[in-house]
Amino acid sequence: MKKLITLIVLFASTVVSAGTLVVNSNQSGESSKAAFDAYVDAFRAAHPEVTVVVNEFEHEAYKTAIRNFLTAEAPDVAIWFAGNRMKFFVDQNLFQDVSDVWADAGLNDSMASTKGSLTVDGKQYGVPWGYYQWGVYYRKDLFDNLGLNVPKDWEEFKWVCAMLKKNGITPITIGTKYLWTAGGWFDYLNLRINGYQFHMDLTAGKVSYEDPRLDATFAAWRELIDPGYFLEDHASFSWQDAQAPQINGEAAMYLIGNFYVPTLESAGVVDKMDFFQFPTIVEGIGVAEDAPTDTMHIPSGAKNVEDAKKFLAFMSNKEAATNWATMGGMLSPNKYADKPTNRFSVMGAEMLAAADDIAQFWDRDANPDMAGAAMEGFQEFMVKPDREAKIRARLEKERERIHGPL
Amino acid sequence: MTFWERNQLRLAPFLFLAPAILIFFIYVIYPIFDSIWVSFHEWNGMDKEGTRGNGNPNWRWVGLNNYITLFTDDEEFYVSLFNNVRWLIFSLLAIPIGLMLALFVNQKILGMRYIKSLFYFPFVINAVVIGVIFTWFYNPKYGALAYVLGFFGLDPVPFLADENLATYGIIIASFFPGIAYTMILYITGLTGVSREMIEAGRIDGASGFTMLWNVVLPQLKPATLIAIVVTIVGALRSFDLIAVMTAGGPWGSSEVLAYKMYQESLFNYRMGYGAAIATILFLIMDIYIAWFLYRLFKNERSEK
Repeated sequence: MKKLITLIVLFASTVVSAGTLVVNSNQSGESSKAAFDAYVDAFRAAHPEVTVVVNEFEHEAYKTAIRNFLTAEAPDVAIWFAGNRMKFFVDQNLFQDVSDVWADAGLNDSMASTKGSLTVDGKQYGVPWGYYQWGVYYRKDLFDNLGLNVPKDWEEFKWVCAMLKKNGITPITIGTKYLWTAGGWFDYLNLRINGYQFHMDLTAGKVSYEDPRLDATFAAWRELIDPGYFLEDHASFSWQDAQAPQINGEAAMYLIGNFYVPTLESAGVVDKMDFFQFPTIVEGIGVAEDAPTDTMHIPSGAKNVEDAKKFLAFMSNKEAATNWATMGGMLSPNKYADKPTNRFSVMGAEMLAAADDIAQFWDRDANPDMAGAAMEGFQEFMVKPDREAKIRARLEKERERIHGPL
Repeated sequence: MTFWERNQLRLAPFLFLAPAILIFFIYVIYPIFDSIWVSFHEWNGMDKEGTRGNGNPNWRWVGLNNYITLFTDDEEFYVSLFNNVRWLIFSLLAIPIGLMLALFVNQKILGMRYIKSLFYFPFVINAVVIGVIFTWFYNPKYGALAYVLGFFGLDPVPFLADENLATYGIIIASFFPGIAYTMILYITGLTGVSREMIEAGRIDGASGFTMLWNVVLPQLKPATLIAIVVTIVGALRSFDLIAVMTAGGPWGSSEVLAYKMYQESLFNYRMGYGAAIATILFLIMDIYIAWFLYRLFKNERSEK
């Protein structure tokens, strides 16, 4: 059915006459769709001469559809993700260089913080529209009941886990059925132990998975796995399933992205919740955070490049940039956008502004092939930690197949 | 007489068949050979003329390499193959259960029609819905199964999170529609069972299981045959339940060939490798279908 819709959409986009701007969007969620519509409406108001046609795709289906439409029937603008996910299409010459948009619309200044994740060989291939923080969302009421404070370092974090466990509360909830949540844990442990550069080298396939520096990462992870601090049977839960224990007050902490907040609000527990930054593990390692960036690109096959560039440059409009990001629960990459008001977004914005480096997220930084195999390995490790050596050997073999020998 | 008038009768059948044959060639025959062709290449699914980030071409002839990797260097392939075998064997259990249900609902009792339709209901539900229902059922924290086990003082069994149980958990879910389908086949079969034979059997002293085994079952042979074929083909194509219930996990332990093919080609950008898996799945089905057709023809000939 999804394919059928895709086909119909592709047909529809072929009959649109020149002079119109075709935008393919993956903003299918209720709030994200409203946020994107607001941006499009603002653009229409500012550029009445351009007829904007939006083809909306379901978020997950979009990930496979994009490969077809970029080669077969390219729109003028496509929404996508920064980092390796973008680079894949840049390498295939499917996205255009938009460095001129950055220069002309002053984005080099207003979007400076996310510029790196959209740059390949010194050129920019897209414009960011929103990003969000990752961190630990926790039940403040449970912490208060037990007199626990927000942990600042690894020892405190483990102590908090031990206290929660002792009082019959699952310290950390997680659902690894779709794997990526395990990728978040690996990201943070490795970033806090080995630092940003090493982590980036690993995602780029330049470091072996059997490298001794990774021993510490897996060892720290085991310090949480062996005492049973993670939710039991997490492999049978999706990330949504794993929300339930926390909402019911049976689990205390959840390492997840800020997209969790709307659920907390609708579940009526948002007042009992708070947020803290993932604690320091090794002193002196620069602070890096996961903050996935969502972007817009102009496909190489775009017919109306001129108007597409206007659409991207419109991100320099402070008001439009603010609305799109905040209505969708995101932070705006435009530094002149209005500051967020939601307290989780405020904390996130402050945390990210102070960060030394920003990573995209495991499955956006690493090659898709490698990311999938690795996250499967992380999931297995979280259940069968004794298989560490075997898992790492398997991942190294996979790395060598994809990235070649070191 | 024109050419058309002379040959009308001879040509008409071909003309009527032509559209179907054309579509069959475009959508079935051609893709089969195209997949086999792709399986001899390394391809990321992008423009065949282009190059990858590391400078290698997108489309490259690698001969039998994909097959060699599959058989010698991919543990997951054997896991998937073995899971397919488990599916093949265990999903056949749906047939005797379906027969039992058919015999049970084949009674003249008030309201049996409604009971029949209730038993048939799972077959008309979408597989994705069944997958979601069973995922909830198995949920070790809040699922119905956990409650039932808890009632007997047992710990919840995390069916879908256990590498050894996940596949069985999904196969059990597949029984839900599978049993309904075989039941319907047998109910229609049972209406064709000859009363005379049953009465003759009764006079000869058969009853209960002997009656079922020696008198009723032989007459249900056509239904059994279709049930076996449909169940086995269904088992080999099993995909939707796996995608919904475990996504192949935990760590790939419930993958089958069809799911692995989908994973490799669509998510890992390895079209050639995925095509090689598809080709092997195709060969397995081919062998089975060839054997099945052979049996069918042999039976028909011996009946003549």
